[in-house]
Amino acid sequence: MKKIFTFIKDFLIERIIFLCGILAIIFVFLIFLFLLNQGISFFGAYSLWDFLGGKFWYPASDPPQFGILSLVIGSLFVTIQAALISIPLGVMTALFIAEIAPPVIKDILKSVVELLAAIPSVVIGFIGMITLVPLVRKLFNIPTGLSSFSGALMLAFMAMPTIVSISEDAIRSVPWSYKEGAIALGATRWQTMYRIILPASLPGIMGAVMLGMGRVIGETMAVMMITGNAAHIPSSVFDPVRTMTATIAAEMGETVKGSTHYHSLFAIGLVLFIITFIINFIADTFMRKTRR
Amino acid sequence: MSPRITQKIAFSLLFLVSLVVFIPVLFIIGILVSKGAAALTWEFIFSMPKDGMRGGGILPAIVGTLLIVLCSISIALPVGILAAVYLNEYAKDNLLTRIIQLSIVNLAGVPSIIYGLFGLAFFVIMLNLGVSVIAGALTLAIMELPSIITTTRNSLNNVPASFREVSLSLGVSRWQTIRRVVLPNALPGIMTGAILSIARIAGETAPILFTAAAFYVPHLPHSLSEQVMALPYHLYVISTQIPNMPEKITYGTALILVLLVLILSFTVIILRIFFRKRYKW
Repeated sequence: MKKIFTFIKDFLIERIIFLCGILAIIFVFLIFLFLLNQGISFFGAYSLWDFLGGKFWYPASDPPQFGILSLVIGSLFVTIQAALISIPLGVMTALFIAEIAPPVIKDILKSVVELLAAIPSVVIGFIGMITLVPLVRKLFNIPTGLSSFSGALMLAFMAMPTIVSISEDAIRSVPWSYKEGAIALGATRWQTMYRIILPASLPGIMGAVMLGMGRVIGETMAVMMITGNAAHIPSSVFDPVRTMTATIAAEMGETVKGSTHYHSLFAIGLVLFIITFIINFIADTFMRKTRR
Repeated sequence: MSPRITQKIAFSLLFLVSLVVFIPVLFIIGILVSKGAAALTWEFIFSMPKDGMRGGGILPAIVGTLLIVLCSISIALPVGILAAVYLNEYAKDNLLTRIIQLSIVNLAGVPSIIYGLFGLAFFVIMLNLGVSVIAGALTLAIMELPSIITTTRNSLNNVPASFREVSLSLGVSRWQTIRRVVLPNALPGIMTGAILSIARIAGETAPILFTAAAFYVPHLPHSLSEQVMALPYHLYVISTQIPNMPEKITYGTALILVLLVLILSFTVIILRIFFRKRYKW
């Protein structure tokens, strides 16, 4: 009797375990479904092409305009600048930590990178707002420091932990025999790093970069506090921009639930979700390559 | 140029670049401590805000954050552990497993503001939970699932296969083996993973913007179905929305938020060292 009881209990628990196992799929699906569902109602009231191709985001004017081109460009503009800054710096730091630094310095640097990853983005945004923004304004003599450039600097910094720690893993996972071979042929350590280790770990580094960029494009609070939030297509890096994330965060609180404006913010979320889905998929493909 | 000199130059350059990452972090911590330390009094931590939040303390924000975070981890931890058990102990190498893994990677990469939107549409409106602690906690619970699953799975994977074999050979069922042998031995890794996710979600702002956080609530929460103040959102509000905010209060709030996160992270580091000495196989 007791045996049957245990059998039934185990059976039930294993069903629950299976359910929890597939929960991740369910949630990804649900998130997509809800964004789609809420976003679709928006396209009943507004044309898809005016949404994707429209330059003007004036949700409160009459008639309202919901063109997200300037927001998408804003997000991409900040992300590309942040990438240009953080990729070289991040990969170089990873090389230094993985290959050159003596153990003590390595430990210190790694803990500092972890420390940086732990600081909440709203705190980084706050510090950036009171230190970096005035500095950029003075340094480049522009009317306001709240610009895409300040935002990109901050985001590059915030992407560092992702890029550094994943690149470092990739660099460390290059087989010893590669290095030994190069050193035995008389290459210096630097030549080995530059010609052998870096190319060999490139897929992993690409994965790290993509993950870092995924984080940058999805970052909300720091961006909202630093980039100035002007919804127009920027003509220079010192122009303020407004990103997709900041638009959702800033406007959702003020909309009437169920209005066109409300649904339009879900439509932006849908676009953002698709962009990050693609970025993560590419990152995952690269990472899978390294593991082999 | 001789290769030796090139190497010297390259190494020095890499060192300098590493400092570019290193120095701003110390600068941030330094500025928070030097300007916020003055605010760290019992009164600031344990009293209500006054004068339109320009005076008094931040107790409701601290309590709100702790409440949201504790609720969310108590939802996410059991679910995440069971999901990891499935992936590590039961799942076969097939298409379903591949899709689960891809979903976990994607869940980890979904921007935090999207979680906010989903939480608003699903928990707040559809399940009719309203803007509340429980809606925010559920939203954050989904967000921390990927990291809990991944860390738990790694620590389950580190439990030697021989442990399982011995138990199974004694006629113990699969689930009993997992519960009595595998999970207890994986506990240190699971615990550190859980604390790390707590540290991470304690500072999250975007997911609770529309699901849990309130601009100003002048009393402590009575139930989980109320909206509450939360430290990260409070910092955002007082640093951007309210003019003439005394510097001491914004820096003090930021410092307390960072301290909360850092204390949790340091606990993890200490636990890791402690367990590394105890568990050797």
